[in-house]
Amino acid sequence: MKSLLLILLIALNGLAHGACLTRGTGDMGIIVERADGSVLVVDTSAHKVLFRVEGLGDLSHASAVFSRDERYAYVFGRDGGLSKIDILCGTLDKRVIQGGNSIGGAISQDGKLIAVSNYVPGGVKVFSAADLSLIADIPATATAKGKGSKTVGLVDTSGQRFVFALYDTGEIWILDMKQPDKPALTKFTNIGRLPYDGLITPDGRYYISGLFGEDGLALLDLWHPEKRIRRILDHYGKGKKQLPVYKMPHLEGWAVAGNQTFLPAVGHHEVLVVNTSDWKESGRIAVHGQPIFVIARPDGRQLWVNFAFPDNDTIQVIDSETLKIIKTLKPGKGTLHMEFTPRGEEVWISVRDKDEIQIYDTENLTLKTRFKATKPSGIFFTNRAHQTGL
Amino acid sequence: MIRVDLTILVAITLAICHTASASAEPASSRQAELMYLLKHDCGSCHGMRLEGGLGPALNPQQLQPLSIETLSMTILHGRPGTPMPPWKPFLSQEEAWWLASQLKQGIQP
Ligand code: HEC
Repeated sequence: MKSLLLILLIALNGLAHGACLTRGTGDMGIIVERADGSVLVVDTSAHKVLFRVEGLGDLSHASAVFSRDERYAYVFGRDGGLSKIDILCGTLDKRVIQGGNSIGGAISQDGKLIAVSNYVPGGVKVFSAADLSLIADIPATATAKGKGSKTVGLVDTSGQRFVFALYDTGEIWILDMKQPDKPALTKFTNIGRLPYDGLITPDGRYYISGLFGEDGLALLDLWHPEKRIRRILDHYGKGKKQLPVYKMPHLEGWAVAGNQTFLPAVGHHEVLVVNTSDWKESGRIAVHGQPIFVIARPDGRQLWVNFAFPDNDTIQVIDSETLKIIKTLKPGKGTLHMEFTPRGEEVWISVRDKDEIQIYDTENLTLKTRFKATKPSGIFFTNRAHQTGL
Repeated sequence: MIRVDLTILVAITLAICHTASASAEPASSRQAELMYLLKHDCGSCHGMRLEGGLGPALNPQQLQPLSIETLSMTILHGRPGTPMPPWKPFLSQEEAWWLASQLKQGIQP
């Protein structure tokens, strides 16, 4: 009966275009169609596309965050567009062009502020989550060429703070927005050359920035910012001759299992195992190619890894206990992104060159179902709304 | 004086190279593959519309000071010390030249 009603509802919705759904959004999400500037609104229980929302501009590398009521998705586009989507109505609620070229964003602890980091002109802008009006504009340090440094790895943390790194000038900044009209900055300089991304632990305590220009990672303990930046994993990137990198790895979605965490090696066909109690490397797992995303199933038992060009047709699954590869999957060329359902019984994978989304059962590691999407890239489910740093 | 002569020399060499490579233009099916590569794989750093990302914008204004030859060298060998990787394992000299000339002309892959 229930499912019948649901089907009826979806059917009705399809007919009466523009009508809003009346339902919870906890099993919903969005999928970015990067080439068409559109997103699909999906139902993760029914494996269904509910809406297609168009007109979002250049969505290569686009990412998204959700409002804390899980009704709105904020999509950060490459062309500097910031779009607010109503996923119950399948409509573009509001869209502003906030900068020249953006890379990602974050939502504040209280859900009221959206911060966006920009490549050109470099810096961070903060907007009202309600109406996308500008609240603060934080320009980045100027480079030798006179342009603002590119800002990368923007995340949120507790206390209405945002943290990000400056690529060209090698800095990490904490932006405190407790008083929205008085943004306060704490700057850490000389953190290392060319930080290209950053991540924060799920508790919001440690911010870690990957460095392209040298070995190691920069670690900031946000409980103790007075301790400044610590260099960890000095061998990260060292050792064998470094291979060229055809796609920058993402330090996102902290993959933790117990007191171990897993990071994509830069320029090596390896996943690094790091002990979070002392931030020392405790192992390396040889994998199929240069890893891009290393993400843990929500229970921490498995790691799913995708790879850079030319190995981006493959996914490998690692047992986090034995550190052994338990499965190699070939979803197809352009396997760009993976997202677990909130409790991890499924993982959704976007396969760009096949124009499809594949859904795998994470218990038996087999393909469950698939559906069409045009050049899909990022997949974002609403449970991100309640996770720091996502 | 020497400098002027050199510039002319370079210009002539480039012109010759250009005609030479024009005859070795990639087949049209390969051209389509190269455009796809440009859009999606170069695009992951330079922006899918080549308007810039971690790597700089690759439009005619931005590339104006650089010759096709320099650009194809950059594409083939990368820029050591920066994220720009060498594409030599995947692209022939002719293909890099073709891509570079497309970039100089201005394309929207
Ligand atoms: C992993 C990231 C990455 C990828 C992928 C990438 N590039 Fe780059 N590229 C860069 C960066 C970063 C620079 C700037 C290097 C510097 O600082 O001098 C650059 C510079 C360049 C330049 C020189 C531009 C200038 O103004 O000096 C050209 C041309 C270029 N890239 C072409 C390409 C092409 C063609 C492809 C695909 C076949 C490609 N790049 C793929 C990162 C990348």
